[in-house]
Amino acid sequence: MPEMYIARSSAIAARMLAGEMMVMNSMDSTFFTLNEVATAIWQAADGSTPLREIVEQRICPEFDVGSEQAQADAEEFVRELSQHGILLVSDRPLRDPALSDPLAPGER
Amino acid sequence: MSLIAEMNQKAFDLGVPLSVHLDVTYRCNERCVHCYLDHDDHGEMTTAEIKGVLDQLEEAGVFFLTFSGGEVFMRRDFFELLEHARRLLFNVKIKTNAVMIHTAEAQRIRALGVDTVQISVYSHRPEVHDAITKLPGSLARTIAAIRFLRDQGLKVTIANVLMTGNLADQAGTQKLAAELGVHYTLDPTITPMMDGDTSILSLRIPGEELGGVFRNPALVPNMEEFCAPPKPPTSDDLEGYSCSAGHSFCYISPYGDVFPCVQFPLPGGNLRRQKFLDIWNLSPELKEVRSIRAKDLTVCSSCSHVSSCTRCPGLAYMEGSMRGPSTADCEKSFYRTGVPTANMLRHESGRARGAPLIQIQPLAMAT
Repeated sequence: MPEMYIARSSAIAARMLAGEMMVMNSMDSTFFTLNEVATAIWQAADGSTPLREIVEQRICPEFDVGSEQAQADAEEFVRELSQHGILLVSDRPLRDPALSDPLAPGER
Repeated sequence: MSLIAEMNQKAFDLGVPLSVHLDVTYRCNERCVHCYLDHDDHGEMTTAEIKGVLDQLEEAGVFFLTFSGGEVFMRRDFFELLEHARRLLFNVKIKTNAVMIHTAEAQRIRALGVDTVQISVYSHRPEVHDAITKLPGSLARTIAAIRFLRDQGLKVTIANVLMTGNLADQAGTQKLAAELGVHYTLDPTITPMMDGDTSILSLRIPGEELGGVFRNPALVPNMEEFCAPPKPPTSDDLEGYSCSAGHSFCYISPYGDVFPCVQFPLPGGNLRRQKFLDIWNLSPELKEVRSIRAKDLTVCSSCSHVSSCTRCPGLAYMEGSMRGPSTADCEKSFYRTGVPTANMLRHESGRARGAPLIQIQPLAMAT
């Protein structure tokens, strides 16, 4: 099974409020709040760490869940957010658009 | 309640500044007749200072950030500021007259993930719009910019401030927005200058014309409900607050002053001397604004409109007391529903009691 790499879209805004992560896509104004587990995945979405590794190293120990169930839930969460253009998904490492320079030559 | 409304309520209850309006400059390339600002630079924050403020706002939990002015593009570093704000993952809205936006700028705004661009348009006719902005050719340039932005897939809103000089063009401006495929919003509020000068209030549309605005089905789809007589206030209404000013919203001037709102000129502190969160949490002025509930209002607490009025505490403050009425909002409530406000009735009875004295005075002077 190929690795799944995830990165945050450059079109999103996000902020933590009272333990919940608010996420909004500027393209279509879709607005989400993420629970703790989803927030941990979101924060780890650097484009270079495989989802499997995020689940094993951050989600399972922190939230005391089995890796098989956690992986399935994480994949479902990633699919949902990618459908709304909030997470980018690839089977190869991605640059994290939230950290990259959107004005860099070649990206304009 | 929508999810955004829920989060707004949560921020309000927790005292988190969820939304901030930041004017990066008061300089402007237009000279709008109704503008409440002067357009000189009295010592704007530098690029580094504004970036530092943005860092503090992120730390404080600000999510919705509006960049405005003046004209934001008068600052040569505006894109640098915008880029910094987006790196910090703010949801960004820009208010602009757009005359300096061309294809390259529109592409850059799109690439930076800006949520909305709000653009001031006063009329569909150049002779009216340009007479208000005092910049010849401004309507043509603004419309061209709207097309550049729209073609990038950006959300654009035309903001139409209504005043005596463009009231007759409201429908034409709304039609222009529809033709351009952008949102339209109107605001009939003209506010005093920041220095307290009220001369521009003469541009306000006459109160009796407001009724026509409120009963225009093209503007108010739920007119019957919107214009219904006010319901008697409940105890919850009287325990409630006027608006989000100072609770989950604040305004920052180009000089670093922090206010409860754009039209509430009561500074709570200055970011060149204090940290944002210290001002937000500790300022006596902001604490006072937050303390005022509907039941504490001197006149409005006994007004039948108290639960549905758009009373602006900032405009009330400019009239003399943040706990007092805002005459402009009294007019709106009256012309929306036909029911006089407590403030209007108070003035009516005052005039009735005062009338004989006024009649006597010349007679007394004559003797």
